[in-house]
Amino acid sequence: MSNDEINEEMKELLKQAIAPVKDSELRHDLWPQMLAKLEEQPAIVPAIPWFDWALAALAAGALIFFPGIIPALFYHL
Amino acid sequence: MELLERFAAGDLEAFEVLFRQHQREVYAWIVRIVRDTGIAEDLTVETFWRIYKYRARFRPDGNFRAWARRIGTNAALDHLRHARHEATLPEDVPCAAGADPAVRREVRDQIRNAFHELPAKYRLIATLALVEEESYAEIAKALGISEALVKIRVFRAVRMLRKKLNSIGVEVNAK
Repeated sequence: MSNDEINEEMKELLKQAIAPVKDSELRHDLWPQMLAKLEEQPAIVPAIPWFDWALAALAAGALIFFPGIIPALFYHL
Repeated sequence: MELLERFAAGDLEAFEVLFRQHQREVYAWIVRIVRDTGIAEDLTVETFWRIYKYRARFRPDGNFRAWARRIGTNAALDHLRHARHEATLPEDVPCAAGADPAVRREVRDQIRNAFHELPAKYRLIATLALVEEESYAEIAKALGISEALVKIRVFRAVRMLRKKLNSIGVEVNAK
């Protein structure tokens, strides 16, 4: 049995238990909810904390002063 | 200044225009993934909240619709990952007349439960590809992955489902 045939068979089986969504129409405007959420949780991108910068500096320093670790790093990636 | 440029610059009125233009489409996509109207509404708002939060990353010459759909898909995926495991799949949305009444309720429940036990990323792909019959190309765009990877994930989802169903006695042909 090919993959396509297996998919078709599974599709038929699934459709008997989980029918496709027929009505996906949005019933009302969600803008009021959007405004409420924006008031509740202002969409501000948080600044990068200082310890993230420190960690990045440490990693960069390690790569500069100990270039021998680069192949090991690639190996583990 | 163009609408998308104003939006990227943080203009709330431009965001409102975009919200009203795209909310229905984003909702329609999400409800087909999560299959619950209330959750889909919340996730639509969450999607646009993320869109507004990360507006500076949007390139005004880019495709807002595709960007919104991708963020909506990720919001739905996050929901599937963190939602409390329930014994039954939420099915409060009107469905097409595909469900066969002749199939015993017990078997249908077994299939739904097996489906619900799939890892979130496979459940999402299986829902879109096998239940909603979306094209692999559309799914790939919405997830930001290649069509080949969509095919692989559908194949894996089907394999996992077949294994689960066979183990509980629901007959599905093996290879």
